Amino acid sequence: MGNDLDRAASRPISDKPSLRLAGKDLLGIQKMDVSEIELILDTAESFKEVSTREIKKVPTLRGKTVINLFFEPSTRTRTSFEIAAKRLSADTINISTSSSSVTKGETLIDTAKNLEAMNPDCIVIRHSSSGAPHLLARLMHVPIINAGDGAHEHPTQALLDIFTVREKKGKLAGLKLAIVGDILHSRVARSNIHGFIKMGAEVHLAGPRTMMPAEVERMGIHWHTSLAEVIPESDVIMMLRIQLERQGGGFFPTLREYSRLFGLNLEVLKAAKPDVLIMHPGPMNRGVEISPEVADGPYSVILDQVTNGVAVRMALLYLLVGGEREADRSSL
Amino acid sequence: MNLLFKKARVVDPASGTDDLMDLLVEEGKIAAMGRGIPESRIRSALPQNEPSPPFLPGEGVIDCTGKVLVPGCIDMHCHLREPGFEYKETIESGSRAGAAGGYTSLACMANTHPVNDSRAVTEYILQKAREKACTRVFPIGAVTKELKGESLADIGELKDAGVVALSDDGKPMMNASLLRRAREYARSFGLTIISHCEDLQLTNQGVMNEGFMSTLLGLRGIPNAAEEVMVLRDIALAELTGASLHVAHISTAGSVRAIREAKSRGVKVTAETAPHYFSLTDEAVEGYDANTKMNPPLRTAKDVTAVIAGLKDGTLDAIATDHAPQTAIEKDVEFDQAAFGIIGLETALPLTLKLVNEGHLTLMEVVEKLTLQPARILGLDLGRFKVGMDADLTLIDLERPKTIEVSQFKSKSRNSPFQGWKVKGVAVLTVVAGRVVFHDPSVS
Repeated sequence: MGNDLDRAASRPISDKPSLRLAGKDLLGIQKMDVSEIELILDTAESFKEVSTREIKKVPTLRGKTVINLFFEPSTRTRTSFEIAAKRLSADTINISTSSSSVTKGETLIDTAKNLEAMNPDCIVIRHSSSGAPHLLARLMHVPIINAGDGAHEHPTQALLDIFTVREKKGKLAGLKLAIVGDILHSRVARSNIHGFIKMGAEVHLAGPRTMMPAEVERMGIHWHTSLAEVIPESDVIMMLRIQLERQGGGFFPTLREYSRLFGLNLEVLKAAKPDVLIMHPGPMNRGVEISPEVADGPYSVILDQVTNGVAVRMALLYLLVGGEREADRSSL
Repeated sequence: MNLLFKKARVVDPASGTDDLMDLLVEEGKIAAMGRGIPESRIRSALPQNEPSPPFLPGEGVIDCTGKVLVPGCIDMHCHLREPGFEYKETIESGSRAGAAGGYTSLACMANTHPVNDSRAVTEYILQKAREKACTRVFPIGAVTKELKGESLADIGELKDAGVVALSDDGKPMMNASLLRRAREYARSFGLTIISHCEDLQLTNQGVMNEGFMSTLLGLRGIPNAAEEVMVLRDIALAELTGASLHVAHISTAGSVRAIREAKSRGVKVTAETAPHYFSLTDEAVEGYDANTKMNPPLRTAKDVTAVIAGLKDGTLDAIATDHAPQTAIEKDVEFDQAAFGIIGLETALPLTLKLVNEGHLTLMEVVEKLTLQPARILGLDLGRFKVGMDADLTLIDLERPKTIEVSQFKSKSRNSPFQGWKVKGVAVLTVVAGRVVFHDPSVS
């Protein structure tokens, strides 16, 4: 069994022997090459099938240890990483702490160095501070995967979103993606802007002006302050979660008004293309940024995103932790 | 304690001197300036038949060929951290860092622990300085008790104890009414209030400049307006009270414009900037190095250009370091949780000379902003050469290349974004009241 599966998993590598990820870590989409993104997507395609088997496991990362170090609450991403690692036969450890390391009395660096001393093969980190994974990557030898840092990046989310669109549309170049909502505080938006633009798509943003980050147009996007403006042209509409606590920050008056102006419902969607895809990185506020009819409707690929997340993360773990890289690392 | 500087290019903004000459220091004072001061004037005191002595700290002839001799540099804005944060810096280590950077006088801010809001703390600082410092140290007192911005510190008592100015630096005074009263009250003691201009509501927990870089990095931004609305407010208060205003660490184009406009109307306002605001932009924050985090934050190229223009046309009177020592405890953490501040005493002079090397300012202009202007703003009779005055001077080798290496710093802290920078032009000898407090081994 193992041999057969190993061969399947390694196919993309042997097809394109010159391709591999440039760094030891995955910190963000911004610095990635198109070829790296394509390598991950192609590798994910070959791993997707594993999750449909009766025995959903390959021995690729047998004997490896992956630590999920989560300083922010997460269900979807943490579970997805854990399942991805387990389906590759890696041992997984989950460390979740709602408090920041500083309030706990141990620094992030100390926490991470203690974990590194136990010889893990990869640390997946989520942290509320932008740049926290970069701090670790700079100081540690073990590969670091950014599972979301502050408002900076959430690269694996973007990769699974790109994977999902490519799978559904058969292409990325020339597509129009609209990202709707709180761009200012969204790491998902930033990673997707970088990623979709790299892959040749056109990215439009819609949301209240208060939630557009400064000089965001310099990222190569077009921005709009009306949802209606972006609906008709879009091939893909990605709704962002509106964080309920933003209501008090002067970003918008009330959730009611936000929902009226930027909520996606069947009425608004009438103007959309017939083959539009609706995405949401979750967790959703049903009835606020997206109505239940849209979330559960025929255009929605929200659950496909979640399914694909496992395959994309398997691919990434394989590429960063798997055998091919082992030789590279030991030569350092 | 005699020194004879031979063939130095003496640059003294107060007299407009930029000329080759000799300068004789006797008994800690400037005894003579001019061409061809005979070596016999100090050698006569030495034994006759000994060979020409090597460089002796405190006594000797110093060949200054190719070097520039300027009045000792004065840093009107630094944090020496003592009392309270001696693990970051002490008056002793800070003054040694200053001397190594060419500074002979340091004015230290009040945000110590306890805050310098009382006679006891001021006297403690002065006492420590007498015992441990190799440079002059001038304490700056707090405007409000514990820097809380709620009630005035005992300003008369602070003046009495020896503070040279007042500032709540590190914390802006959000209460404009209290600041107005403080200005009026301080004026009667001849004390200038140094304003840290920042609207905390606009800062709103920001950690870097608000702009494209904060958007890319996902860090909370501090808009230029956070500084500018307070600069404009403080100018209005200066007009209301008639008291002179000094604005600390100017970082934005809008602030430069506002101060230029106020000066043109005759408002009594002076301003300083710091080397990082004309040397770096917010692009340096990429990589999340907490040594690029300070308040106000690094701005954009447009602001850097405006700051340099402000220095050139005199809108910005002085260059100060805002030397703010922090250790790895404060800095080796997540960027948004790291403390603000960078050290500057040992990098300010070469970074400022870069403005000369790149043709933005003349040597005379930058020397004035490092010496005479800070002295004038603080009301100190320093920063110029005159026979009979205490001999505070800095010898600079303009051509000397140097790679900035934080591990070589005299400061206790290492939080500099300039590690590895290649610069040209460094202090090679620093003299305070005739005493050599720093000399490069090459000087003989």
